[in-house]
Amino acid sequence: MERFRITAEPLDEHAIAEGLSTSEDGAVVVFSGIVRTRNKGRKVLHLEYEAYEAMVYPVFERVAEDVSRRFGVERLRIHHRIGRVDIGESSVLVAAASPHRGSAFEAARHTMNEIKRIVPIWKREFFEGGDVWVEGPKEPVTE
Amino acid sequence: MTGSAAVTVLLFAAAREAAGRGRLEVPHREGLTAADVWKNLESERPALAPLAGSVSVAVNHRFVPRDTLLAAGDELAFLPPVSGG
Repeated sequence: MERFRITAEPLDEHAIAEGLSTSEDGAVVVFSGIVRTRNKGRKVLHLEYEAYEAMVYPVFERVAEDVSRRFGVERLRIHHRIGRVDIGESSVLVAAASPHRGSAFEAARHTMNEIKRIVPIWKREFFEGGDVWVEGPKEPVTE
Repeated sequence: MTGSAAVTVLLFAAAREAAGRGRLEVPHREGLTAADVWKNLESERPALAPLAGSVSVAVNHRFVPRDTLLAAGDELAFLPPVSGG
């Protein structure tokens, strides 16, 4: 299983954890972000994701290095969809394995926060009556 | 325009739509910065103006400040606020 993956195919929350943990690990956390039907009072029909793929992989590496430094978690995988994603489908999976649950939870949470802050992926929301680019933090990233 | 004397410019998501295209090449000159390229783009495509304050800049797949000097052959990208996950 690849550590980092960008794909137009459905994500598999079981496969991402396969073979991730070692005999030292007491915890595996798998986070799945799924597309929901309601956002800001709008009825969402589906999402479409666009990625700067050549940059996504080095930024995933940067996130993994940060997670390693902060939490000592070395076993981390990130899989993200591109293209159309329907209601109820996973758009992103993060898996983290660690000797203890605290660091595994923290690693998954921090990874998701960083994905939303610096990973060059954008979603377009198609809702009843229109569509719009969703924008994250407005503060430009400079390093 | 040859690749070696040019800078490749990539635009994504809302910036791509505002510019009407996702990729172009601009000639390189000494002292050229990412901010210069944006300014030129914005004057050609005023629809980009609302994005000026929030767009991030990447050169060769790394985030950099806007005043970063560009080299011939660089890949420069303008990234609206990301919204993955």
